[in-house]
Amino acid sequence: MSFINYAAREINCKLVYYGPGLCGKTTNLQQIYARIDPAAKGKLISLATESERTLFFDFLPLDLGTIRGFKTRFHLYTVPGQVFYDASRKLILKGADGVVFVADSQVERMEANIESLENLEENLVEQGHSLTTLQHIIQYNKRDLPNVVPVADLQSTLNEHNTPWFEASAAKGIGVFETLKGAAKLILTDLKNKMAR
Amino acid sequence: MKDLILLAEDAERLTGALGRLCEEAKGRAAFLVDPNGRLLADSGGAANLDTTSLASLVAGSMAATGSLAQLLGERGFSGLFLEGARAHLYLAVVEGGAILVVVFDGGSSLGLVRFRVKRAIDEVGRILADFAVRDQSGKGPGSARVATELAEITDEEIDNLLSS
Repeated sequence: MSFINYAAREINCKLVYYGPGLCGKTTNLQQIYARIDPAAKGKLISLATESERTLFFDFLPLDLGTIRGFKTRFHLYTVPGQVFYDASRKLILKGADGVVFVADSQVERMEANIESLENLEENLVEQGHSLTTLQHIIQYNKRDLPNVVPVADLQSTLNEHNTPWFEASAAKGIGVFETLKGAAKLILTDLKNKMAR
Repeated sequence: MKDLILLAEDAERLTGALGRLCEEAKGRAAFLVDPNGRLLADSGGAANLDTTSLASLVAGSMAATGSLAQLLGERGFSGLFLEGARAHLYLAVVEGGAILVVVFDGGSSLGLVRFRVKRAIDEVGRILADFAVRDQSGKGPGSARVATELAEITDEEIDNLLSS
């Protein structure tokens, strides 16, 4: 649900990074935070355990610039990936305008990817959405590692909706901004189309 | 879920209500946050506060608190008080799920803040209900103007925004 503050001429959108544990969701936000102009970002907030696993969420507000006099603000969130934190994932997912599904390309994490994607769909349906209706893109992360599944196989297994996808090595900053821009474009285009109806 | 459009007159009504609450509760600042963590309006006087981060964390706290309530068989907790050494927060849920936040210090008291918040909840609730009625009855002239402006955004403009 986008929030348009006409008084302040701001468009506010919520983008959620979803995916299995240790797939690189927090790393995406850390890389964006490290590389973006300080004037365009707020604080990166991480509610994490002592071992730096996401406990509740990470949050990063970004200002992507102005379009037709409207400031476009994106609130980036990650969910905790570990299976038993499902209640937290549901809370964070509420009101999302779009989702980046971060898949771990390593062959031994394929089952975790499938499980997480199914969990995303279940939680969306519970909230009256689905992957058919909610804007989402897929990031195939960790492409720099040796034991990765070919992209064609990832595509056939994880990209049922034929949504835009990006390869990435988030720890090296590769593909992180392409993913963010891809998601932002989908969300803004969807917003514009909704307003035209 | 519908997109929320806040017009200038809406912002003025909310800011007025929050300003009165802040003054009557002798608070440092008052905010209204949507359940998704976005700041809808503030009372002013919040210049030294990171309202964006506050809004996100307040929504997270209230969401977690709501889930705790359900575990105890409650529909929800209506308020949450966070006590610091100098600054304190009082959070209260408005009809529809928005969260009213008052930041206060030793110049006020929890009793006063709670009392004033209870009254302000009704006023803010009425304003938010007016938005809902307006949205259900089709787009009012203000909302229609905003929708037209946004619908005219071109793909090229979106590409240009993201190319920098």
